[in-house]
Amino acid sequence: MTQPHIRLSDVEMTFSRPDGVGEDIHALGPIQLDLRHGEFFAVVGPSGCGKSTLLELMIGLTNPTKGTITFEGQPINGSCPDGIGVVFQEDASFAWLTVRDNIAFGLRRMALDRREQDERVEQALAMMGLVEFADVYPSQLSGGMRQRVCIARTLVTQPRLILLDEPFGALDQQTRLLMGDEILSLWRKTGATIFLITHALDEAAMLADRIGVMSSRPGQLIDIVETNWPKDRDSRIVENDAFGAVTARLWRSLRVESMKAIGKKDAQA
Amino acid sequence: MSPSTRRLIVNMGWLTLVILALWQGLYALIGDIALRSPLATLQFTAKFVTTPQFATHLAETSKAFVLALSIAMASGLAIGFVLGLKRFASDIFEPFLIAIYSVPKITLYPILLLVFGLGLSAKVAFGAIHGIVPIALFTLNAVRNVKPVLLKTARVMGLSSTTTIRTVIFPSALPEIFAGLRIGFSLTLIGTLLGEMFASQRGLGFLLMNAIGLHNVDVIVMLTFLLTGFAGIAGIVLLLINRRITAQA
Ligand SMILES: Nc1ncnc2c1ncn2[C@@H]1O[C@H](COP(=O)(O)OP(=O)(O)O)[C@@H](O)[C@H]1O
Ligand SMILES: [Mg+2]
Repeated sequence: MTQPHIRLSDVEMTFSRPDGVGEDIHALGPIQLDLRHGEFFAVVGPSGCGKSTLLELMIGLTNPTKGTITFEGQPINGSCPDGIGVVFQEDASFAWLTVRDNIAFGLRRMALDRREQDERVEQALAMMGLVEFADVYPSQLSGGMRQRVCIARTLVTQPRLILLDEPFGALDQQTRLLMGDEILSLWRKTGATIFLITHALDEAAMLADRIGVMSSRPGQLIDIVETNWPKDRDSRIVENDAFGAVTARLWRSLRVESMKAIGKKDAQA
Repeated sequence: MSPSTRRLIVNMGWLTLVILALWQGLYALIGDIALRSPLATLQFTAKFVTTPQFATHLAETSKAFVLALSIAMASGLAIGFVLGLKRFASDIFEPFLIAIYSVPKITLYPILLLVFGLGLSAKVAFGAIHGIVPIALFTLNAVRNVKPVLLKTARVMGLSSTTTIRTVIFPSALPEIFAGLRIGFSLTLIGTLLGEMFASQRGLGFLLMNAIGLHNVDVIVMLTFLLTGFAGIAGIVLLLINRRITAQA
């Protein structure tokens, strides 16, 4: 099939100031992007370049000021289509529910018999390594474990496109590499398309089939890097020479943009 | 029973002993003119609470308090939710509520009497106006402070607004709302009793006012003892529930 899984055409986002004074904030775009069915796509870019804004547009939380987004051929307009799952940058676990009930939350309003629901929950618990924490409350878990709960909560709905916004932002480097392995195995098991936002170049280089590099605000895609990794890769890919080459190319594209983002005006290529 | 619950109860036991000791000491200083000893009070209380007279007054106060508290909770929660869900409205009305909160309600009393007359409705109204504002303020803040990412999650899951309020906003705000209910509970009790003291022929507040007029020290000390005990025990129970709720958050 040649139709892209999700297509962004001329997408732009401009925020007006909340108090109505001053210039509007041109946060993003124009962006053109096609994601292929089943690919692992990562986005890197300096902070504040509009990555989270891009994600919110893709799930219909905000409407773009210009352009259109189509998912599986249908335009996205103001609501999140079934088939897209999302894990936000901030912790979105429900403090008043146990881990198991958190994961089951989205399933309970779906037309599935209870046995099927319970099976999916148990599978997701196992896949995210949460079995022994099934009956505790999120407050008893670390930030990384809570993000896993949110990932599991999304997985049970069996999304065909999974969007992840810096899910490991708060974790240390070693744990991040291992979480990367888990995301890779999840990707292989589910066959879903993955769109991962990250600010870590090595994470993007290790995980993705393709990496989109975003400029500083207003965020635009200034480079798209193909990694050509085998499908059964894992974190040991960081030992590979090609890994160094990919990371180097990402940094070459991003260096100037990152300097702009921290306010160095005379940045040169 | 959790260790922290047990610790709280043990501490309350000690506190009770300290208060009894202070009371006894104070009695030794003042004597029978204005006070009774703890033991005498207990004996008098044990006798008095079995009289039908007491039962009538207690029933009257309980009825007024339950009504006042229900009204305060229902309106406080409703006002808090309506304003809390609308950032714009809450920005406008919050300072207004805080201003009302700091008005001594007793200044409104003559107006309430004119509107409701003597009797049950006046004291219910007086109890309720003490409780509504703190419950509304706490609820408003609790609802407004629900993390935006939880609301985004609800939207992505396609929840309707009533389902979002019921399954996400309410449970997320509950610990803070409950803190408001606790404060609302004690202020409503105070309001109801004040209402009975100044404009009623029945109820524990009236009994107290009457005893003050007759300089009946036995009854005054007994009622103070009973009301303090009730408020104290209810306060501890509510605090324990509150802790249970917050422990998860
Ligand atoms: N709701 C909003 N209103 C106004 N400005 C916003 C809003 N959301 C994001 N922005 C601005 O858009 C820019 C991009 O933000 P964001 O997408 O969160 O960046 P990133 O995720 O790449 O760090 C930032 O400058 C931010 O201040
Ligand atoms: Mg972001």
